[in-house]
Amino acid sequence: MCGICGCGEGPVHLDEHEHSHEHEHEHEHDHNHTHSHAAVHSHAPGLSQVRMVQIEQSILAKNNQYAHENRRFFSDHGLLVLNLVSSPGSGKTTLLTETILRLKDDIGIAVIEGDQQTARDAERILATGVQALQINTGKGCHLDAHRVGHALEKLQLQDHSVLFIENVGNLVCPSAFDLGEAHKVVVLSVTEGEDKPIKYPDMFHAADLMILNKIDLLPHLDFNVEECIQYAKQVNPRIKILSLSAKTGEGMDNWVQWLKAELQLQLIAYA
Amino acid sequence: MHEMSLCEGILQTLEQQAEVQDYQKVRTVWLEIGALAGVEVEALRFSFDVVMEGSLAEGAKLEVISVPGQAWCIPCGINVPVEQLYDPCPHCGSHQLQVNGGDQMRIKELEVE
Ligand SMILES: Nc1nc2c(ncn2[C@@H]2O[C@H](COP(=O)(O)OP(=O)(O)OP(=O)(O)O)[C@@H](O)[C@H]2O)c(=O)[nH]1
Ligand SMILES: [Mg+2]
Ligand SMILES: [Zn+2]
Ligand SMILES: [Zn+2]
Ligand SMILES: [Zn+2]
Ligand SMILES: [Zn+2]
Repeated sequence: MCGICGCGEGPVHLDEHEHSHEHEHEHEHDHNHTHSHAAVHSHAPGLSQVRMVQIEQSILAKNNQYAHENRRFFSDHGLLVLNLVSSPGSGKTTLLTETILRLKDDIGIAVIEGDQQTARDAERILATGVQALQINTGKGCHLDAHRVGHALEKLQLQDHSVLFIENVGNLVCPSAFDLGEAHKVVVLSVTEGEDKPIKYPDMFHAADLMILNKIDLLPHLDFNVEECIQYAKQVNPRIKILSLSAKTGEGMDNWVQWLKAELQLQLIAYA
Repeated sequence: MHEMSLCEGILQTLEQQAEVQDYQKVRTVWLEIGALAGVEVEALRFSFDVVMEGSLAEGAKLEVISVPGQAWCIPCGINVPVEQLYDPCPHCGSHQLQVNGGDQMRIKELEVE
């Protein structure tokens, strides 16, 4: 899978980026960094050739390259891949377990769970009888395409099935990291306040579908659904919105229909 | 923290380009950051120094070129300036806007030796 990385790591590396920036840096010591401190700390004038180099490359180029690899894999195998993003506790895992119960007899489903710590969410998914793989990001606050690529090596994905990627609960940075998914699906629960779309516009701008969850709680709250939808469309006029309750099942049929239709679209071979 | 990962992405590119472009040390990095890119420039500066520590860009200067946001207004049929993703068109008030500028985060050029 990871043709461009050559990182030689096992399929799921636990925070390969936590390298040693924490060491106290005494520049007298005899450490063996690859850089030469002479070059860093004393510039002998006239000896070095200072010049300009044009780069013109996105900061996210590396991630985008991995995402591109993932996307090609998904398309070769007719996989529908959805990247579920939200703030912590909006109900992503509950939505997934409820969705799996409704669909697993008809459709192949697998889940990648991203959390900073614990395998609790993957265990909840495994209990439904489908494949799940937990990625712990440690201090990292989002999944990136490289890690997802390695997770794919571990899963036995069936052609023309659905892969859900539950991202780390965080409404900020997962918006910037393409994983190769067909769609980002943002889950917002009615307990979070209707102004989330304009407070975290990047995420709602990047998502194609918004799920307004926990609508069973509406009678107990003064959450204004219309206003929330208006804010979401203000940030992203193309966003589609489904209201549902993963707990009571209200509105789940719409979501299941949407999934089936999207999976069908993966069979189309565009030129 | 998002900005930390972005700086790791910058460092990867600097290291990769060092071989291609044949340099040993990076003295200045110019970034182009769009107003709609969701990047907090102050946080980026802080992370930059931490992440570059001990690398070929240790102590490098970071220069940020900000690029204003721009979107195509569908009703007006023109490009309009926007400061936030939820801003309306300043002419007609519509939200039927397609962002077409100021969402980039790019490494533009380097001063190297
Ligand atoms: N009332 C109500 N509660 C819900 C609904 N969906 C989820 N919950 C509850 O919300 C809490 C959080 O649900 P999770 O499914 O763990 O949320 P999550 O988004 O996966 O959480 P993280 O992975 O920690 O970000 C649990 O107590 C759920 O039972 C719903 O539709 N209605
Ligand atoms: Mg969860
Ligand atoms: Zn790798
Ligand atoms: Zn993050
Ligand atoms: Zn050092
Ligand atoms: Zn207009």
